[in-house]
Amino acid sequence: MRCGACVGTCPVNAMFLDEYQVTVNEDCIDCKLCTRTCPVGALAMVEG
Amino acid sequence: MAEVMEFDMVVVGAGPGGSMTARDAARAGLDVLMIEKRQEIGTPVRCGEGIAKIWLDEVGIEPDSKWIALEVSGARIVAPNGQYVDLTEELAGNETGFVVHRDIFDRSLAEEAVRAGAKTMLKCSATSVIKDDRGFVVGVRAKQWGKEYELRAPVIIGADGFESQVGRWAGIDTKVKAKDVNTCLQYELVGIDIDKFYNEFHIGSMAPGGYVWIFNKSEDSANVGIGVNLGMVKQPGEVKQYLDRFIARQPRLSKGQNVETVAGAVSVGLPLESVTTDGLMLVGDAARMIDPLTGGGVSNACISGQVAARVAKEAHEAGDFSRAFFQRYEQGWRAKIEDQLYRNYIAKEKLLELSDDTINKIIDALQGYRIERITTADILRMVQERYPEIMNELADLL
Repeated sequence: MRCGACVGTCPVNAMFLDEYQVTVNEDCIDCKLCTRTCPVGALAMVEG
Repeated sequence: MAEVMEFDMVVVGAGPGGSMTARDAARAGLDVLMIEKRQEIGTPVRCGEGIAKIWLDEVGIEPDSKWIALEVSGARIVAPNGQYVDLTEELAGNETGFVVHRDIFDRSLAEEAVRAGAKTMLKCSATSVIKDDRGFVVGVRAKQWGKEYELRAPVIIGADGFESQVGRWAGIDTKVKAKDVNTCLQYELVGIDIDKFYNEFHIGSMAPGGYVWIFNKSEDSANVGIGVNLGMVKQPGEVKQYLDRFIARQPRLSKGQNVETVAGAVSVGLPLESVTTDGLMLVGDAARMIDPLTGGGVSNACISGQVAARVAKEAHEAGDFSRAFFQRYEQGWRAKIEDQLYRNYIAKEKLLELSDDTINKIIDALQGYRIERITTADILRMVQERYPEIMNELADLL
């Protein structure tokens, strides 16, 4: 959806939205809040 | 090598808050640039599109048939058991009145800003803020069509919405707790049965910590959406499941077809303690000025934008762009909207606790009253008469 909801809730500001995709940088702390924020369940954490 | 451009004010984000700030600052004679990361203003829409009428006059927006989809008479508050009360416009006040086409509305405000003299750069993403050696924000770095810019101005306006980066880059703590976020999904359904004079608000466990809205766009179409408190979301994708379930249970809705899906998050917490720093003011959703009860943000964005524009002009006259000077903005916007934000925050927190049974009883207790002007005390009195046993739950509202 590229709605930016996850970007706004990320507690460590590790997510970014550009025209095509959401990107996550190395600051990610694996809290998985973004996966719950996404209203349509489009985000998943990949192990490793 | 970045190209350096200089202005009196740079506004990041061309939503209603940004456009209002740009418009009023340009009218006051400032040289204003408004940048927008998307290639067009107003899309994609991320909004239920229900707005009140009462504030439009205050900020100098003339209702225009080109962005009004429908005028409604009031709000229908629907309990989990389907029983409802209708609140007329005077009472529902805040977020009912017009259902608008937000894309056209936003574009129209931006056009007003341009006609007042503001410049725009579209498809232009801010990438960081520029600070001087005193730590004042004095510009933003941005990219457009692969080219880098340094857009410099003594006043920067962060109007970049809920996922505001500008505030964070500048060092304002805009972190929001999960319990202060509602995550939302909406379909525009066409071919449904609605009472076009009433926007519906469904409260209860069908939308934990939030509500389901049906905001009418025409005789047979509406934005049907849901907001769920993030603290109550357990599994990825749950919000969509709640909305789909709500629609599936009502044949009048499930017979419709979706023509637009909208998603997003809104803050439902208390306003930030500070929305300014040296050289920077945040307006609207970026400043967390969304109404915690309704999730509405457009009116407060416009109101705050207007105050920010005035203070920016005064700052230029005084030659003072410090956070201390920007207290004028803090005081100005808080005087206009902070009381309501606090009141509705308390009301929202209360609503979170109520069971479906209690909500059913409250709505039932209000049957037969024509509700135009009503206070919390009136509601409690009616509940006391019919359902004294649930008064304990409501006692702290007194």
